[in-house]
This record gives sequence, structure tokens and C-alpha cells, in this order.
Amino acid sequence: MKKRVAHLLMLASLAGTGLTQADSLPEALGSSFEAINHVDMGRLQRDPLQEFCSKPRGQAGDSAMESALRDEAMASVVFPEGDDFIGDWARGAEVANNGRGLQYSDDPEAPNGGNCYACHQLDPTEVAYGNLGPSLMGYGARGQSEVMLRYTWTKLWNTHAYNVCSHMPRFGALGILTEQQLKDLMAYLFDPDSPVNQSIE
Amino acid sequence: MGLMESIRNTRWLSALFGLLIAAAPSSGEDAGIFDEYRAMFGDDNPAIFVIDEGEEYWLEPQGPKNTSLEDCDLGLGPGVVEGAYARLPRYFADVDKVMDVEARLIFCMGELQGRPSAEIEGYPYSMRGDLGTEIEALVAWLADQSSGMPIAPGQEHVKEREFFTLGEQLFYYRAGPHDFSCATCHGQQDKRIRLQSLPDLTSHEGAAASYSAWPAYRISEGIVRTMGWRMRDCFRQQRFPLLGVGSDVTVALQTYLAVTAAGAPMMAPGLKR
Ligand code: HEC
Ligand code: HEC
Repeated sequence: MKKRVAHLLMLASLAGTGLTQADSLPEALGSSFEAINHVDMGRLQRDPLQEFCSKPRGQAGDSAMESALRDEAMASVVFPEGDDFIGDWARGAEVANNGRGLQYSDDPEAPNGGNCYACHQLDPTEVAYGNLGPSLMGYGARGQSEVMLRYTWTKLWNTHAYNVCSHMPRFGALGILTEQQLKDLMAYLFDPDSPVNQSIE
Repeated sequence: MGLMESIRNTRWLSALFGLLIAAAPSSGEDAGIFDEYRAMFGDDNPAIFVIDEGEEYWLEPQGPKNTSLEDCDLGLGPGVVEGAYARLPRYFADVDKVMDVEARLIFCMGELQGRPSAEIEGYPYSMRGDLGTEIEALVAWLADQSSGMPIAPGQEHVKEREFFTLGEQLFYYRAGPHDFSCATCHGQQDKRIRLQSLPDLTSHEGAAASYSAWPAYRISEGIVRTMGWRMRDCFRQQRFPLLGVGSDVTVALQTYLAVTAAGAPMMAPGLKR
């Protein structure tokens, strides 16, 4: 990983001379971006999963690679001690609503948000929800079986365990959210008192 | 009224339009309210002030060489501005590069006016609540000079075709802590983030509707924003580092969008939320 970053930076300084124009992807990336605030050039590097999921639409991937990546994603999941999944739904609501975190315009000291409303419907009274993902309204009705809790935790930790090129971020695996924040989100999804699980007339 | 004075006045006027809207209940978030404001504007896009300002910048002698940009070649010959925007990005033999409008303007400012590129690159796009920049005004004017003309980016030169491919690869390039690519947000129809609709930029219809309307006056900011700014700001949301103005990545992505949109008439400056 370190090596690849160094390579990219070297290309960047080459391209920066302005003598030539980029004719490869890494060269173009290296010469076109600059580190700013807390966001460095390492962000442009892809891990094997990101690289696999960067194919233009319609291009099929290697299926052996796909199952290897799925297994890896599954193996990355860290379950909370004692399978104690449920935190505080009110704090979970804040995490779901907060879209900030990890952009160069964001305060790196402030906690990251989950930005769930960008992609999901949750609380039926909240109208400003996106639809990149399925509606999660009334999620608690799916029950609180061990299977359901572990499935949902896995989705939040590393969604690629179930859908290799899912559009959803890897909130646990890439350290976007803390374990406590994930528990609070679990409560927001499952707690019968959570607004997600209230029906509106 | 002197040139600088009139520039200042038109800038204030357009900034005022922005303030009027910004002062209204947080309309930026609500698509319905935004549509009402848009209806209220009717044909009165405040960008008209910025268009005039752009032409003044074009004609104003500036820099160590104290020359105007009137001899700048945007691809159709020195000084030809009509229809030039619609043919960008394109390959320029004098620099052996594919350029978008911003890269070309910065090049002309250097060549003709002797202005160091760092002067413009350091502050190409205005901050929210600030007055517009010279680049924003020039791009607004140049886009207006292509109004109604079909989008027809260069694709004859091998470099232009390479840049299309590069742009397509970049569009699907997933990286960063959120694993986002452009395609995450702009690869499907009828999607939105919160209440903001996301055009499917991989389809001709989606790309055409979008590309033809930029640069655009953004009501929520009271400023004309360019396609270069749009690329930079989407990369910010993608959690990538800062995208350079006129950089290869921005030119490649705009090539991809313009080729996908090709044939549709330009209708910029547009009016955006
Ligand atoms: C950028 C988009 C995006 C964001 C942000 C996002 N999700 Fe998702 N999510 C999806 C998509 C797309 C799916 C469905 C496809 C899949 O399984 O990957 C999904 C699926 C899910 C599922 C499984 C639903 C089911 O029916 O099995 C859960 C639970 C979930 N998301 C919770 C969350 C929570 C909680 C957050 C915020 C911390 C969140 N998501 C943020 C896109 C997103
Ligand atoms: C995390 C989500 C996200 C990602 C990733 C993203 N965008 Fe966007 N994009 C948006 C949103 C939201 C808007 C609308 C903003 C608004 O309404 O002001 C938008 C607007 C646009 C527009 C203008 C659409 C119009 O018609 O007004 C273009 C063009 C665009 N994006 C291109 C891109 C490209 C190219 C990339 C990749 C470099 C990209 N976007 C990545 C969320 C995203």
C-alpha cells in the first residue's frame, strides 16, 4: 500500500512538469489532485475490492475473484462482545441524520455521521430521504432473532459480505463509525420505541 | 460609469439576488420550494449580469502585458467565441493537450496577458457568499455564446478519444473511505440523495440535461458555478482530495459527459437549486 502511494506521488511530480499530458489513470489522478486539510493523496489508492468494483457498467468481473472478495468481507466483520448489539436509538437517530465526516470541508475532530438518510427512508415522518438504497421504515418488524441482528450488523460493518459491489459504505470495516455508533444505529433500526418503528396514520 | 465600477455594480446585483433567496426559509433542501422560486424567476436568470461581466473581462487589458483576451483561441481560431464552448473539451495542437474551457482560459491568460497560472488556480471558484470570480464570469459569457448550439466535443484526435476512455474509467473509479465513484450517485435513473435528484449521467438524456445547463446560477449560493466547480465539489462529497482546475481528471470527466450528451443543444447558463 505504502509503495503504491509512493509510486503515485512520483508520477504526480513527473506530470506536474506540464511537459506531457497524462495518458494513464494513475498519472492523471496523481497530477490532478492535491492533498488538502486532513485529506491526503492516499485516498486515491484502491484496495482490491474497490478495484474489482470499478468496472464500467456491463463489464463482468472474474467470479473466483468475486467470491474471494465476498469471503474476505465476511471475515472482516467484528461482532460486539457478548453479541450485545443494541445501543440507544436517540443517539442512533443523530448518526443516521448526520451526513458529515471525512470530506476535506469537515472538521476531523467531530464524530463522523452515517448519512443513512442520503440513501434510505427510516423515520416515516422524515420526508428528506434518498432512494439509492431500499426503505428501512418499520425495520424492527423483521424481528430480533440472532440471525437478523447478525445479518444487519454485518451489513453495517461490511456490506460487501452479502453484495460484493454494494453501493453502501463499509461503516465498520473502514472505520467510518465506531462500535458504539453502530450499536446506536442498530437500536434505531430495531428498538420498538424508535421512530423508525412507529406507524403514522 | 467606468468599467470597474460597472463590474462592481453588476456583481453586487447578482450577489443581492442570492441573498434574497438565501434569506428565505432553507429552500435549498426542499425541491418543491425550489421549484416555486424557479417559477418566480421566470426567464430572469440572474446569470445575465454575470454574462455581461464576463464579456467585460474578455475585453479588459490585464496582466504584465496589458492585453485583453480578444486573441485567445478557444479552438475555432483567435477571438472566435461564438459556438466555441459547445465544441469543448477538445485537443489543442499548440500545447498538445486536451483542454476544457477553464484550462484554455488560464492558458490564454498566461500567453497573452503574462499572468502566472498560480494567480488563477489558487482561487478559480468563489466561496459561498463571496463575489464571483473572473473565471466564473468568463465561462458564463462563453457558454452563453454557444446557447442553442449542439454539444459537439472534439473526438477526431486520438488524444480526445483517449480522454473519453479515461473519463469513463474515472466515472467508475471507486476509492476513498466511502467507496464512492461518480457511478454510485449518477449511475441509475430516478435516484436522489435526500431530496436532491441525481441525474443518470451514463445515459444520453441524463448527461444532456445536465451538461447543457452548466455553467449555472445556483440560487442557494447566489453565484454562477461552472462544470469545473461541479466536478470539484462532487469529488469533495466523494471524500477525495482537492481537484485542480483545468486538470486532466476534470477535462477527462467533462469529455465523458460532453460526448455522452453530444447533439443536445447548449442552454447555459442554467438555473440550479
Ligand atoms: C451511498 C448509499 C448508502 C448509504 C449512505 C447507506 N446505505 Fe444502506 N444500503 C444501500 C444499498 C444500495 C442497499 C441495498 C443493496 C445492498 O444490499 O447493498 C443498502 C442496504 C442496507 C440494509 C439492508 C437492507 C435489507 O433489506 O436487507 C441495511 C440494514 C442498511 N442498508 C442500513 C444502512 C444504515 C443504518 C446506514 C447509515 C449508517 C446506511 N445503510 C447507509 C445504500 C446505502
Ligand atoms: C456522494 C454522492 C455523489 C457523488 C459520489 C458524486 N456526485 Fe455528482 N452530484 C451529487 C449531488 C447531491 C448533486 C446535486 C447537487 C445539487 O442539487 O446542488 C450532484 C450533481 C452533479 C452534477 C450536476 C447535475 C445537474 O444537472 O445539475 C454533475 C454533472 C455531477 N454531479 C457529476 C458528478 C461526477 C462526474 C462525479 C464523480 C467525479 C460525481 N458527480 C460524484 C452527488 C454526488
